[in-house]
Amino acid sequence: MRVNLTVNGRPRQADDVWEGESLLYVLRERLGLPGSKNACEQGECGSCTVRLDGVPVCACLVAAGQAEGREVVTVEGLAEPGSDELSVVQKAFVDAGAVQCGFCTPGLLVAADDLLRQNPEPTDADIREALSGNLCRCTGYEKILDAVRLAAARTGEAG
Amino acid sequence: MDFLRPAGWEEALAAKAAHPTAVPIAGGTDVMVEINFDHRRPDHLLDLNRIGELHTWETDGPDIRLGAAVPYTRILEHLRSPLPGLALAAHTVGSPQIRNRGSVGGNLGAASPAGDCHPALLAAGAVVEAASVRGTRLIPVEEFYTGVKRNALAPDELIRAVRIRRATGPQQFSKVGTRNAMVIAVCAFGIALHPDTRTVRTGIGSAAPTPVRARAAEEFLAAELADAGCWDSGRPVAPSAARQFAELAAGACNPIDDVRGTAAYRRRAVAVMARRTLGWVWEAYRGGQGREALCA
Repeated sequence: MRVNLTVNGRPRQADDVWEGESLLYVLRERLGLPGSKNACEQGECGSCTVRLDGVPVCACLVAAGQAEGREVVTVEGLAEPGSDELSVVQKAFVDAGAVQCGFCTPGLLVAADDLLRQNPEPTDADIREALSGNLCRCTGYEKILDAVRLAAARTGEAG
Repeated sequence: MDFLRPAGWEEALAAKAAHPTAVPIAGGTDVMVEINFDHRRPDHLLDLNRIGELHTWETDGPDIRLGAAVPYTRILEHLRSPLPGLALAAHTVGSPQIRNRGSVGGNLGAASPAGDCHPALLAAGAVVEAASVRGTRLIPVEEFYTGVKRNALAPDELIRAVRIRRATGPQQFSKVGTRNAMVIAVCAFGIALHPDTRTVRTGIGSAAPTPVRARAAEEFLAAELADAGCWDSGRPVAPSAARQFAELAAGACNPIDDVRGTAAYRRRAVAVMARRTLGWVWEAYRGGQGREALCA
């Protein structure tokens, strides 16, 4: 089947989509957006987190056909289009050393970005809860928490 | 595989009647896992995401009519007050990403004994609205669970909504797992005080082939509270009565040993959760929350 959707602000079309295929597969294999990672395929790890109509979801658990006509934002869409600058959250992850192997990073970035959109001044408990669906096997999470705190502080300053 | 995308409820019912083996998919948090892992290859997927009324709720009557596909996140945001037990249970589901997609209707459709909603629905009192082109049936939630991952739906039926009694007293939910997020319950317990009828209801998850009420425990406690005049006086529940309640709750279990825990552990944990949650709800009731509702 054919699926039409908007990805990172651009209308996109995927053809020959199998009906049982996930949105994640469409993004990675059909639309050339490999930022969202494919790991557990059961919603446990959060590495495929994208925003679907503004709401963070695991792309591996969205059937491709369910994304018809919807708006998807992937990690590739976090930074301003056409800009070489990273987004605030991305920059904070780099500066805080929150990235090791990097596999979980795209999902964490989308989840953290969404948290700060909803709640610009999160407590540590807010951050832990917002990131509770994203697994990282390298960092021990401390630097990731640092990065989100840093991003929140910088957003506050900018605001 | 065909992907059916009805634009409205009547169309969805017609599609289910035409293709009774079609698998309904809303949040996809169960169905997509089965497809991703090749455990299921349905002939038809029936997408319910486009049906607006499944994503809304009505709070006018004595029951909250919760659309089958309302995500857990919405319950947490909007329905904590009338459905406190369900909101507590919803908060323990998966992670934010999962709560943004998963729904009570999906939990009922999957009918896993470990589904987090079930103890809360059993304790609050709930009726499942099952619809088909033949009409609508109201199924008490106790009768909805018919076996491990089996429910009372006919092949042509879809869940339209769940009607859950509005809380008239304190409710609690407790769940045992290895961490707070992303946990399938080892076992779970829900309790609701119903001061309006001076009854207590319970629900046990993941400790029997289906979610169950601990009826003997409920009846024992209601009698104890009545005999001791506790509903009026707000006096504490006697420790001996709380212990007996806990033992009767454990007695309602029929658990198995599996990768998440042993049967003996589950019985013990259900007893502990029953005693603790009873303490919490009774404290809340004594603190006035429940009695205000009674007098209002």
